[in-house]
Amino acid sequence: MTGGDSPAQGPRASGRIARLRARDRGDRRSPEPEAQATVVADQSEPSAMLDIRDLRIHFPTDDGLVKAVDGVSFTLDRGRTLGIVGESGSGKSVTSLGILGLYNRGNSQMSGKIYLDGEDLVAADQARVRELRGLKMAMIFQDPLSSMHPYYTVGNQIAEAYLIHNKVSRKAAHAHAVDLLKRVGIPQAASRVDDYPHQFSGGMRQRAMIAMALSCDPELLIADEPTTALDVTVQAQILDLVSDLQQEYGSAVIIITHDLGVVAELADDILVMYAGRMAEYGSSDDVFLHPGHPYTWGLLGSMPRLDRTRMDRLLSIRGTPPSLINVPAGCPFHPRCDYAARNNGRSENEVPALRPVSPGHLVACHLSTDEQRRIWAERDKVAS
Amino acid sequence: MTEVRDGSPGASATAQSGQPGGNGASAGDALLTVTGLTKHFPVMRGIIFRHAVGHVRAVDDVSFSVAPGETLGVVGESGCGKTTTARMIVRLVEPTAGRIVFEGHDVTHLRQGAMRPLRRDIQMIFQDPYSSLNPRHTVGTIVGAPFRLQKVRTEKGIKRSVQELLELVGLNPEHYNRYPHEFSGGQRQRIGIARTLALRPKLIVADEPVSALDVSIQAQVINLLSDLQGELGLTYVIIAHDLSVIRHICDRVAVMYLGNLVELADRDDLYARPRHPYTVALLSAVPSPEPVGRTADGRRERRRRIRLAGDVPSPLDPPPACRFHTRCWKAQDICKTEQPPLVERAPGHFAACHFPENS
Repeated sequence: MTGGDSPAQGPRASGRIARLRARDRGDRRSPEPEAQATVVADQSEPSAMLDIRDLRIHFPTDDGLVKAVDGVSFTLDRGRTLGIVGESGSGKSVTSLGILGLYNRGNSQMSGKIYLDGEDLVAADQARVRELRGLKMAMIFQDPLSSMHPYYTVGNQIAEAYLIHNKVSRKAAHAHAVDLLKRVGIPQAASRVDDYPHQFSGGMRQRAMIAMALSCDPELLIADEPTTALDVTVQAQILDLVSDLQQEYGSAVIIITHDLGVVAELADDILVMYAGRMAEYGSSDDVFLHPGHPYTWGLLGSMPRLDRTRMDRLLSIRGTPPSLINVPAGCPFHPRCDYAARNNGRSENEVPALRPVSPGHLVACHLSTDEQRRIWAERDKVAS
Repeated sequence: MTEVRDGSPGASATAQSGQPGGNGASAGDALLTVTGLTKHFPVMRGIIFRHAVGHVRAVDDVSFSVAPGETLGVVGESGCGKTTTARMIVRLVEPTAGRIVFEGHDVTHLRQGAMRPLRRDIQMIFQDPYSSLNPRHTVGTIVGAPFRLQKVRTEKGIKRSVQELLELVGLNPEHYNRYPHEFSGGQRQRIGIARTLALRPKLIVADEPVSALDVSIQAQVINLLSDLQGELGLTYVIIAHDLSVIRHICDRVAVMYLGNLVELADRDDLYARPRHPYTVALLSAVPSPEPVGRTADGRRERRRRIRLAGDVPSPLDPPPACRFHTRCWKAQDICKTEQPPLVERAPGHFAACHFPENS
């Protein structure tokens, strides 16, 4: 979607122009659309509802190419929840915004495949992505105060997407907004619907934000740090709400967070990202109970935990996350890794491939599976 | 909490009335003693005739003391008055009522000039490493500022001292001439800590020192704070909303709710046997990084937790008596009419509740 498009316009009104603009940009910027088309041919048909293959999102800047997302692949089915974990700058938010097609193709380069119900969103034109956005996929943003418009009532903002995607009267949309507010647990929804965002408390704003995302019963719901701005008791309410709503709507949910506790609470599958790449991907049990990547160990060791006995020191990760312009050669984590020396004689510049250590559990690390198990067992023993 | 207010903050009163923070030691031993600390911010209306239309009761009658070498954690949700308490201790906010006694001297209403020598002893670490460092000053200027303000070193001595400080907090001393924007969030927080340590303070008040940082960096800074405490014998008052961080660094923990101190206890006692229902709810709300399974019919299992309904009420018009009664599942009529005093339920464990848990 181009930045100039106002969300109030209908999809059809701007469709032709947007398509022309997109084609214009596509021809000029995207590296080789032909080559990509051939790749599709020899790939299997997507089976899951959301199937992401080798997604890359790069931003050319004056300082160099920022590889914000560099080869991310995962699948997600209805009723399942994927948690994406990583530190700031690991590419987790960029991945989600990329799925929603919120990057202007004029200043970003996107490649790979995003299949939503078999339809590739990377190749689709912007108008089509826009039709799907809000209808089939929706997003809950991190900070409800800055992502809601202060001049419009909450009801107005919730009804907006519903009006755009459905042929209904304003009155019906308004009633729908009241209904949604009730569903997300706002007391006196019928009167609160005409309030402005500043009249809501933080937790209520986040609920309204969720109502907004749910307005068209999306099949894919992406929540980017949905509880980071909230207090812990309110966070617990919101996590329960997301979980309840997912059960009710049967949608697929991607939850992006840096808080491993939140992910453990909600996610079935977990993707750990580091420097725009996948470090580890597996079921929640695999990643929390038998993590294989030293970065995941570091994340788990860095968290003080209430469910374990208190340690004198946290097992932190040394150093800081790398710049996405100069990602270290080889494994991007190697400068911070305590086990980088044990790379089994491989060159430091060899990028570790994402390989299965058990069915459905992928780890991108040079350590052998046995070594991973042994080191984790040692670390886990120290921690508990 | 009336008993606390009535007791004079002298050593004898502390010992007898079981004043919170007494902790076996008399007030004379404590580094910092805070008694009945209160801050009401007036809400003003009118352009020509400015008049107060109400008060935000940010902190109401909070008392505690901190022993030398100890770490006290203050925890609570946003709006509970923890930051205002911290700012009053370092005298950035003028208290409405109450007393702050530091090393036996009443510092509650000292003027700026009289306060200045004390600034060497009481320092603060700020939450946001991005806005608490002047972007137009070099690291050397920032960390060296306390020396210049207190006129304690010659220019040449300052440079050496700053470099030592940078090394102490794990930064490269050669970065003396760099600007804050050249550093990451964790490194900036280290710069802030180096500045705090410059004058070798006795008491450091840290307001959310790690909440703006990533998990891995957060762990580094937490480790740094505890290393420094061991090395320099520092006393900390740490304000945080993260209960697991508080458990990791603090010896004693104070829980605040809507401007009131509701529970004060030793760390292990508080986490193992919380007395106040609010503390119980707060602890149960913390998500733990242990995956939850699915039941046979595919529904996700839910951790047993106490769900507090609604939001924290406005401090402009807090509920009468026990301020937690609007969200408390144990609340009865007495909670709406009578404020529960902060009483010692177990040795060193104070809770302000009519119907405490675990007792």
